[in-house]
Amino acid sequence: MSATFTFTIDGKEIKASPGQTIMEAAEAAGVYIPRLCYSKDLRPHGSCRVCTCMVNGRPQAACTQPAAAGMVVDNNTDEIQAIRRDLVDMLFVDGNHFCPFCEKSGNCELQAMAYRLGITAPRFPYLWPERSVDASHPEVFIDRNRCILCGRCVNASKDIDGKNVFQFVGRGEHKRVAVNAEALAADTDLKGADRASMVCPVGAIVLKYKGYATPIGRRIYDQKPIGSEIESRRK
Amino acid sequence: MAKPKVATASLAGCFGCHMSVLDIDERILKLVELVEFNKSPINDIKKFTDRCAVGLIEGGCCNEENVRVLQDFRKNCDVLISVGECAIMGGIPALRNNIPLKECLDEAYLNGPTVYNPAKRIPGDQEIPLLLNRVYPCHEVVKMDYHLPGCPPPADTIWEALVALLTGKPLKLSYELIKYD
Repeated sequence: MSATFTFTIDGKEIKASPGQTIMEAAEAAGVYIPRLCYSKDLRPHGSCRVCTCMVNGRPQAACTQPAAAGMVVDNNTDEIQAIRRDLVDMLFVDGNHFCPFCEKSGNCELQAMAYRLGITAPRFPYLWPERSVDASHPEVFIDRNRCILCGRCVNASKDIDGKNVFQFVGRGEHKRVAVNAEALAADTDLKGADRASMVCPVGAIVLKYKGYATPIGRRIYDQKPIGSEIESRRK
Repeated sequence: MAKPKVATASLAGCFGCHMSVLDIDERILKLVELVEFNKSPINDIKKFTDRCAVGLIEGGCCNEENVRVLQDFRKNCDVLISVGECAIMGGIPALRNNIPLKECLDEAYLNGPTVYNPAKRIPGDQEIPLLLNRVYPCHEVVKMDYHLPGCPPPADTIWEALVALLTGKPLKLSYELIKYD
């Protein structure tokens, strides 16, 4: 039987059904849990940890943790927001993120998350890593300077496109997104219309010839914070 | 009571952030009522003549002169503010940060496709400040008290920040005023 049950997020009662994650139940109730690697149509990856909540007093990723009856979840507390801020700060110094000229600026989920958290400058020293770009593909441009290793392209290519174009290679600080068989993107069967070409939350995988199409002021996160579309559903 | 003093500097920047200061339009008349400008390219005062309440820094540090100017500002200003992406993260000049300095100079003065330099000389006059190994954001050189992001920060952001600081109110920027581009 799929009987619904309830748990609480920040003291508010949330309805959930068996099999739902904390993230899914929260979203249905109009409660926004900040996230970066999670995308609704993909398997949750649990890699960015930005959706970390205190679940019965322990830190858990809301996108992978199943909801359970009577669970007590803290989402929007000072402690959790400070953890999220640190995570986003680290993502900014761990890559080479040049917002002023990036074609994803204004539509970038990493940037929008930093706006939402009120970050004016990261508190860690910049690392300036050496990362590669791959402009070989006629429709898709890959810039690993901007990659946050969320895994969306890997899962989208495998599960939705059925192509397996992207994989992770390397470990730790050497981890990066590679295309199939050490090749260039142009040597794969990747297409601009593939889900994998469109799911990137940042500007690491972008479609060519579409940059700067929307004027400043009308881009997704120019006026309203990321997550406000979910919060507006809240009753 | 004497007016509080404001100083500004452009380090490795493009003067776009200074343009944004001027972009406060007619509020600049109010600003002149509120403050007196000390060392700044706006009035061309070259040296600090008095202690300043606020220092606005545009651009990061790409050479030794930038570092000296920034340290001078830290010594002479109560509150020091990074204005714009270059001051905060290096910006466009920091694109050279993962290329060795020698490679950058060779490309600019010897190997670039449009270079004409028959003497094969890379500028090295003592008058020219030495380049740093990479471009540093201001807060990695001295302590910065506030950061106003943007390329450039909107005039409203600069205005709100200055007015809040000079009238002793807490600096709270609304969502629209924190932008990185």
